[in-house]
Amino acid sequence: MSADVELNDVWIKFGDFVAARDVNITIEGGEFFSFLGPSGCGKTTLLRAVSGFLEPSQGTIKIGGQNMAGIGPNKRPTALIFQNLALFPLMAVWENIAFALEVRGMGKAARRKKADELLELIALPGQGDKLVHELSGGQKQRVAIARALAAEPEVLLLDEPLSALDLKLRQHMRTELRAIQQRVGITFIYITHDQGEALTMSDQVAVMREGIIEQVGDGNNIYDHPATSFVASFVGENNLFRGRITGIDGDYAMVDTNVGPLKARMTKTNGEVPLKFNDDAFVFVRPESLKFANGVNYENTVRARIAHQEFEGHFWQVYLDVAQAEKRISMSLVNDGQELGHETGSEVTLGFTPDLAVALPEGPLAAGE
Amino acid sequence: MNPSLALQRFFLKNGMALGIFLLVAVAFWMFILIILPQLFMVDFSLSKNLPPAEIGGPKDVLTFEHYKFMLYGSAKEAGSFNTVDLGVFMRTLLAAFFVTIFDLVLCYPIAYYLAQVAHGGWGRLMVLSLIVPFWVNEILRAFAFRIMFGSAGVINTFLIWAGILDQPYDFIPNNVALYAGLGYAFILLMIFPLYNAIESLDKNQIEAARDMGASWLRIHWRVVIPFAKPGISSGCTMVFMLTAGALAAPQILGGPSSLWFTQIIYQWFNTGGNWPRGSAYAIILLVSTILIVLLVMKIFKVKLGEIAK
Ligand SMILES: Nc1ncnc2c1ncn2[C@@H]1O[C@H](COP(=O)(O)OP(=O)(O)OP(=O)(O)O)[C@@H](O)[C@H]1O
Ligand SMILES: [Mg+2]
Repeated sequence: MSADVELNDVWIKFGDFVAARDVNITIEGGEFFSFLGPSGCGKTTLLRAVSGFLEPSQGTIKIGGQNMAGIGPNKRPTALIFQNLALFPLMAVWENIAFALEVRGMGKAARRKKADELLELIALPGQGDKLVHELSGGQKQRVAIARALAAEPEVLLLDEPLSALDLKLRQHMRTELRAIQQRVGITFIYITHDQGEALTMSDQVAVMREGIIEQVGDGNNIYDHPATSFVASFVGENNLFRGRITGIDGDYAMVDTNVGPLKARMTKTNGEVPLKFNDDAFVFVRPESLKFANGVNYENTVRARIAHQEFEGHFWQVYLDVAQAEKRISMSLVNDGQELGHETGSEVTLGFTPDLAVALPEGPLAAGE
Repeated sequence: MNPSLALQRFFLKNGMALGIFLLVAVAFWMFILIILPQLFMVDFSLSKNLPPAEIGGPKDVLTFEHYKFMLYGSAKEAGSFNTVDLGVFMRTLLAAFFVTIFDLVLCYPIAYYLAQVAHGGWGRLMVLSLIVPFWVNEILRAFAFRIMFGSAGVINTFLIWAGILDQPYDFIPNNVALYAGLGYAFILLMIFPLYNAIESLDKNQIEAARDMGASWLRIHWRVVIPFAKPGISSGCTMVFMLTAGALAAPQILGGPSSLWFTQIIYQWFNTGGNWPRGSAYAIILLVSTILIVLLVMKIFKVKLGEIAK
């Protein structure tokens, strides 16, 4: 069984501090939904409100159409996997997994049987009698998932469960998690500050900043059609040029930037373009969208000097200085077996089409941009 | 690790001067302050009670008569026991046991509250109000209890005012004051080990159990108490030992008819003028309490090392 989760006009305040601000989200039953955002943006707080450990200061949370106000975490059809897993160190692995069944008064033999089934599901057969500290990081991870699944929740809430694992294991667990989700078919709400994780696993991603939901969409949508400057700078690499709107042409904006005039596509929200004449604007171009012009006539061109280049195997990463831009820009070029054709230090012209650039209203950027 | 290597490392780590100081201090503590006096007690307890002139003389031989006295008294006929001393002994141990259980039941919620629930000002205020009364010395505190529980004391006055009693209840002869005083005397030694143990429990574990539908009772039974077991045993051990060995509270708060075993020991040393017998009684108390503690630890599967955590 899977249930949909609905957050309407949810605010969460700690004293004067607002940890979640006017959150409106609908998560379909059976969906893999991720909250993506930097540390401290309120992801855990939101998840704790869904699981019932804290009540929103305002607004309603519905699970399976039922208002959850006043219903404690032990009575909600959710199971939470904690950021630090919180396995019970003094219980054997199988007792950990079967804890929810113990709570329901299931007999010991039946509990053991169910725990063994779940151990199969998480690919740890026969490990039920171990103690938690005898498991590796990835195994603990899977036990935490099994323990939560044993409760047969309609919604599984995962708070950065992979953050403590090393890169290899993390990538492996991503695939595993996604597979488990498809097998059990319940709603997963997943929290992460790792965009790779969010984009690869999720049906829908909500990008958060300081308690605000900046954008909700599938991975493609978030990456290719960022709705705000924060999303554009937080998700993936992006080059930024600052400027002012000199004209609007349908879905395209003319922007007079510090590197010259550029034309860029706009992301519509509710059918409206977000910019008008004379607005301050940011133009974002992804590294993989930039090309050496090499005599081709691009609508947008930027003069730059190659500062540094790195060969990464399947692509080249090239860093360039642009006279008026405050930051070094980067481009990545697929290794198609050809030479790059430009030396470090040489002056080059870069080109890109308006469809591969995004104009957005000036706004907050992700840290480090 | 072999001992000489360990010693070498110890000196390398702490330097010669500090290393020697630490070793000497620990040795002094262990031998001069703990082991040696106890050995003297053992020696005393196995000697006859002789006038000073005869000590070391031909009459000064090894004897178990004091231990036997505890069991059989001075009775000549076989099969009759020293019921007075044995009775007091058993009652003391039993009372100490119940005082310990009472303290545990009382302190667990307080310690849990302080460790997991309270934050900031409230918690600090509570800890302070637990500690400050212990700045008052033990004797004064016991007398304060005596006054409080007296027939014209605050408690009786209140109970009569509230209409629960129509005449004062005698708390002192009925030992209510004694048990209350003993229960209070070592309460900090119960709270702090419990607090330490519970405080180091990850809050998320409690929440995880709750998230999986566990009632509060089950959370405590399955998650908090197993985790706090070393703290519980260390608190119980201290309270039990100290209660069984307490003297001031029984002297001041005990009813006229009821003796605490330590009072008998005290009498042998003091008015009875029989140090060897007092020593034998003290050693019986010490060994019995240690055995009881070890037995209980065995039953609850607590290892000695865990208590030191
Ligand atoms: N109980 C609380 N009292 C006061 N402030 C809190 C409380 N819990 C969280 N906050 C604040 O709310 C903000 C969001 O915290 P939250 O734990 O939700 O962040 P997060 O997005 O999960 O971050 P991370 O990725 O580091 O886990 C933080 O600024 C935090 O300091
Ligand atoms: Mg968090």
